[in-house]
Amino acid sequence: MIVVIDYNVGNVRSVCNAFRHIGCDVKLSCDASEIEGAAGIVLPGVAAFGYAIGELRALTQLIKDAALAGKPLLGICVGYQMLFDQSSEYGLHKGLGLICGSVVPIPAGQTVPHMGWNQVKMPADMDLFTGLGKERHFYFAHSYYADVTDRQAKIAYTDYGFALAASVQKANIHGVQFHPEKSGKTGLKVLANFAGICEKWKTPK
Amino acid sequence: MLTKRIIPCLDVKDNRVVKGIKFLNLRDAGDPVELGARYSEEGADELVFLDITATIHFRKTIVELVEKVAENVFIPFTVGGGVQTVEQMDELLRSGADKVSVNTAAVQNPRLITEAAQRFGNQCVVLAIDARRSKTKPGKWQVCVKAGSEPTDLDVIQWAVEAEKLGAGEILLTSMDTDGTKTGYDNELNKAVTDAVNIPVIASGGAGKLEHLYDAIVEGGADAVLMASITHFGNYSVKQIKQYLASRGIAVNL
Repeated sequence: MIVVIDYNVGNVRSVCNAFRHIGCDVKLSCDASEIEGAAGIVLPGVAAFGYAIGELRALTQLIKDAALAGKPLLGICVGYQMLFDQSSEYGLHKGLGLICGSVVPIPAGQTVPHMGWNQVKMPADMDLFTGLGKERHFYFAHSYYADVTDRQAKIAYTDYGFALAASVQKANIHGVQFHPEKSGKTGLKVLANFAGICEKWKTPK
Repeated sequence: MLTKRIIPCLDVKDNRVVKGIKFLNLRDAGDPVELGARYSEEGADELVFLDITATIHFRKTIVELVEKVAENVFIPFTVGGGVQTVEQMDELLRSGADKVSVNTAAVQNPRLITEAAQRFGNQCVVLAIDARRSKTKPGKWQVCVKAGSEPTDLDVIQWAVEAEKLGAGEILLTSMDTDGTKTGYDNELNKAVTDAVNIPVIASGGAGKLEHLYDAIVEGGADAVLMASITHFGNYSVKQIKQYLASRGIAVNL
């Protein structure tokens, strides 16, 4: 069972709908024992960073412990941004600190928000992109981005006038700035890959 | 590079998709849940659902519709029609909408845009503008509210600029003069707005031929094109539209 964290932010339902559509066992929950028992955790997020991290507070330690214990974690959009150390969206806010880096505004000169379908160059060794080839379009909708400084993180970039981190992977911790649940068939494949990662982790070695 | 977006628009009235001409003479175009799923499957970049019965009062029926649509649509979709409060926006986003468009309520209370942007992030907040050429001031457009039925003194360009400052993430710009006429978008209007703001602008109203879409992007400077009649009634598929634009050098997600 994959648990999608329910923490009072917009549109968590779409993520569940997408997992169900591809035949995954998924539950929307904020219950500690369900999160602990899950094969994988998805941290979604449609909200401003400060609001989202505030709503998540009670579950912060639980998610960090699970991630550090090796449980697959997938952060989406603001859920992805929360994996980093901090964000400067509407004030300075502390993140989960699972991946080194800061969430900062997209530089002036680009249209903000970065909204629409952009091409992501996918390194062959990132597990979320298995079977998708080298380049695919994904749907983005955000005004801040993660400036990743973590040397252990694998990064997939998209071009938005500069190399913008579209996805990171640090061991079992995965994050996508784009919305896989809203990226058509390509996005559904990314979610299926995450489900596969969870399945593999859950199976006794 | 960001691709140009092809966005079918579903105007919904009494749970059916309808399409009119200049906001009048509505004709039935199908079931919103079925049409939404079809466009998602066909490779549309996004969808817009506008509850055109609800321009004065927000109705719960749109929430139920959004839930059903969201089960089978795996591309972003915007919902609008009669939205007046941040709570209503929250309800729509929780039901499965990705963005919410506001129109009349934002004109009456511009602070709504800022409150929504701070709560949901500005990418969730779409300002819909129904624009009509001014009869008294040449080269100007006036903002109309309440489903286009009520003209205001507000200038379209000034309002677009102000909305960006307030936190709107995108502008859905409909020309009431060209809507449903199939004679092409109002690209003077599109150009004037896209030159004035830095947020994405969706051109709407008037698509009849494939070159109209090209013109809205190239002449009008639009980041996305909205269409209804030409895709609902089967004249063109989303794929045909994208292949055509790609053949003329426009970056699309094929």
